[in-house]
Amino acid sequence: MTDQAIAITVNGERRKGRTEARTTLADFLRDELALTGTHVGCEHGVCGACTVLLDGEAVRSCLVLAVQADGADITTIEGIGPEPGRLGPVQQAFMECHGLQCGFCTPGFVVSVTSFLAEQPAPTDDEIREMLSGNICRCTGYQGIVAAVHRATELIEEATA
Amino acid sequence: MTVLAPTDLDGALAALAERPDATVLAGGTDLMVELNFGHRRAGVFVSLRRVRELREWSRVGDELTIGATVTYTGLERGQIATLVPALAQAARTVGSPQIRNAGTIGGNLATASPAGDTLPVLSALDAVVVCASASAGRREVSVHDFLVGPKRSALAAGELVVAVRVPVLSGPQEFLKVGTRNAMVISIAGVALVTDAARGGLRCALGSVGPTALRAADAESFAATAVEWPSRRATPEAAIEFGRLTAGAARPIDDHRATAHYRRHAVEVCARRAFERVTLR
Ligand SMILES: Cc1cc2nc3c(=O)[nH]c(=O)nc-3n(C[C@H](O)[C@H](O)[C@H](O)COP(=O)(O)OP(=O)(O)OC[C@H]3O[C@@H](n4cnc5c(N)ncnc54)[C@H](O)[C@@H]3O)c2cc1C
Ligand code: FES
Ligand code: FES
Repeated sequence: MTDQAIAITVNGERRKGRTEARTTLADFLRDELALTGTHVGCEHGVCGACTVLLDGEAVRSCLVLAVQADGADITTIEGIGPEPGRLGPVQQAFMECHGLQCGFCTPGFVVSVTSFLAEQPAPTDDEIREMLSGNICRCTGYQGIVAAVHRATELIEEATA
Repeated sequence: MTVLAPTDLDGALAALAERPDATVLAGGTDLMVELNFGHRRAGVFVSLRRVRELREWSRVGDELTIGATVTYTGLERGQIATLVPALAQAARTVGSPQIRNAGTIGGNLATASPAGDTLPVLSALDAVVVCASASAGRREVSVHDFLVGPKRSALAAGELVVAVRVPVLSGPQEFLKVGTRNAMVISIAGVALVTDAARGGLRCALGSVGPTALRAADAESFAATAVEWPSRRATPEAAIEFGRLTAGAARPIDDHRATAHYRRHAVEVCARRAFERVTLR
């Protein structure tokens, strides 16, 4: 195995490191940068727990090699809030609407919803279900999550009004 | 394992020529799953992520050239969606938004899965695949020759899919797919239908019901006369017959996802519906 150097911006901070070429972005974030909020469920592209923003787009960090992200800008759940210790609107909404139980799937949902609402600020129920089709939750039955997305749109609107 | 990340097409072709054992890595949505599951050995990978030329698309006259690493999200949105609606419809059915942000049309072609959702659309459009290698230069291959069999394409060692060329046709297009649920499914049957009002006909191809995308030739010749062109008027009976003939072109197998019988039925229903949507009473 050969180590390769990478430099990425994670949550606004420039991070440099060396990693085995085989390391996925998910493992790099968790093991090298100790950002364990990005969860790894299936490593198969299916569950969505590992979703991060790569140059602003929601992607599966289990299907991206860390070295492929060299030079890219990454946002993880740790960087979704406005500042450390404060919740962003999507996080706040998930808390208010019981959009989580065990919380394993939550980082993936919150990161995904944050990016989808930026593109589609007032989705219908059907559109919400469509945007969440790549995130699996074993606990909630999704009702609270759909309610949280609606609530998040209100919170975002209030914040920008 | 080594990952090379060339920043232009020449660099990518040179890397592939130097390392004949290298594997091309685009969106990773097929390849990384194989790697994570241990179905593929780590080796030398050439990542296309930074090759700008491959991410672009352009229109010249009535033809679009779509770069190999244009993603499904790129196909679903903007101008490509209006110019080649069936391609956008197929893209919209792939995986989930996060998969569509990463997965590419070139990866769908190179994987050549019988269930690749863009493939029946490209077949119906008589698309041309532009390939290139450092040693042999560029060549253009009809999509029908490019797709050789299940997971087999006409790509030679060291060769890249650079782009795919599709015509801009006038007239409606449809892509319908059946899976075990609404999202994130590999299709059990897919039907692509494109009308070509200028030439007075329609073209129909099937996915997931044969070794590669299949054309429904009998159904196409039936539609040439059963539909009134260019008004696109057709009778309800014609739709039923079109569905039946299309199902006749399917060569489905039984597998863990569906039986051959069900797949053929799904093709018949999808083809009839697609026909009803692109024609007028
Ligand atoms: C959860 C999930 C859901 C999915 N759902 C669908 C679906 O609904 N429909 C569907 O059709 N597919 C689906 N797929 C499969 C996959 O997303 C597509 O086949 C996609 O188009 C592959 O593109 P990629 O860029 O990710 O390819 P990669 O994984 O990067 O590469 C795939 C293969 O193609 C080769 N390759 C890639 N680009 C080139 C090129 N330019 N030149 C030469 N060789 C190349 C690679 O070497 C590799 O062998 C799904 C995958 C996942 C993980
Ligand atoms: S861990 Fe990446 S999608 Fe499940
Ligand atoms: S809250 Fe437990 S998996 Fe979603």
